[in-house]
Amino acid sequence: MMVALEVTPAWYLVLGALIFSIGAYGLMVRRNPLVMFMCVELMLNAVTLTFVTFSRMLRDTGGQSIVVFVLVVAAAEVVVGLAIIVALLRKRPHATADDVALLEG
Amino acid sequence: MVELVVFAVAAAACLVGALGVVFSENPVHAALSLVGTLFGIAVLFVAQEANFLAAVQVIVYAGAIVVLILFVLMLLGVDRVENLRVEPLVGQRAAAAVLSLGVLALVVGALASTGYEVTGPVGELDVTVADVNRLGESLFTDYLFAFEITSVLLVIAVVGAITLARRPRGEEIVDPGQAEREAQLARRMAEAEARAGGDGAGEGEGAEEAEGAEAGAAGEAAAEEVTR
Repeated sequence: MMVALEVTPAWYLVLGALIFSIGAYGLMVRRNPLVMFMCVELMLNAVTLTFVTFSRMLRDTGGQSIVVFVLVVAAAEVVVGLAIIVALLRKRPHATADDVALLEG
Repeated sequence: MVELVVFAVAAAACLVGALGVVFSENPVHAALSLVGTLFGIAVLFVAQEANFLAAVQVIVYAGAIVVLILFVLMLLGVDRVENLRVEPLVGQRAAAAVLSLGVLALVVGALASTGYEVTGPVGELDVTVADVNRLGESLFTDYLFAFEITSVLLVIAVVGAITLARRPRGEEIVDPGQAEREAQLARRMAEAEARAGGDGAGEGEGAEEAEGAEAGAAGEAAAEEVTR
């Protein structure tokens, strides 16, 4: 006999927490600015997953509306962040995140 | 049963993709792993009846943001392999692992303390209405001001990106690999000329020609190569 496992919303929340902490670990460990960027995207996605799950648990569309805003902010963040990375890497082709300290006056 | 299989497959895709982003040495592989995570999350959105958001997730994230990141990777040629074995800051990895596990423990602990149930007012959701309709109504009533401010944010982001990425007038384009490529090209030209010249005497001639033709450092490097 197979035990019928039911997928509860808590599973989604735990998955979101896992992806968030993996992204946070990557952000703290990696030195390539573009990979750090992707880790930020991972964390944002984990949060959107959590928002959608809470939206379903609470039977409220507000969570999904917030996800729309998170998407827009992520797009804006990617645009500005990549522009900064392009400007930085154009000056120093092998820059790591440590070289951003050069921006200090 | 179906939901269990869908969740298992999508969650596996998410986790494998997330680990791939963090642990792949090549940034291009990291970007492709990110696509796996994004698709997995889109599938989980569909499983939770957020169909519109799943479509937006695939179009905006996998379609636009990852492509933008790959564009920058290719454009700048920074897709070199990063050696993950060296650890420039001693103890950084351990500290990062402790911190991220702490975040995980905090969130899961908070969930467990409520018995994995939500607290607070539970809204009334009309399941007969499509999620796009509900989302549109919510955006244009409850969140109208935030929605308008979002457009301002996008305009600011566009202006900021142009300001940051544009070169000041008169500044030359710096191509990091240019000198190397020019030297390589001059070397190949000199080799071809030497081959065309035929015997051993031709080789020296070709080198001299290369030296005469290429006044820059690149030409000299090529000539050195040939004479050697």
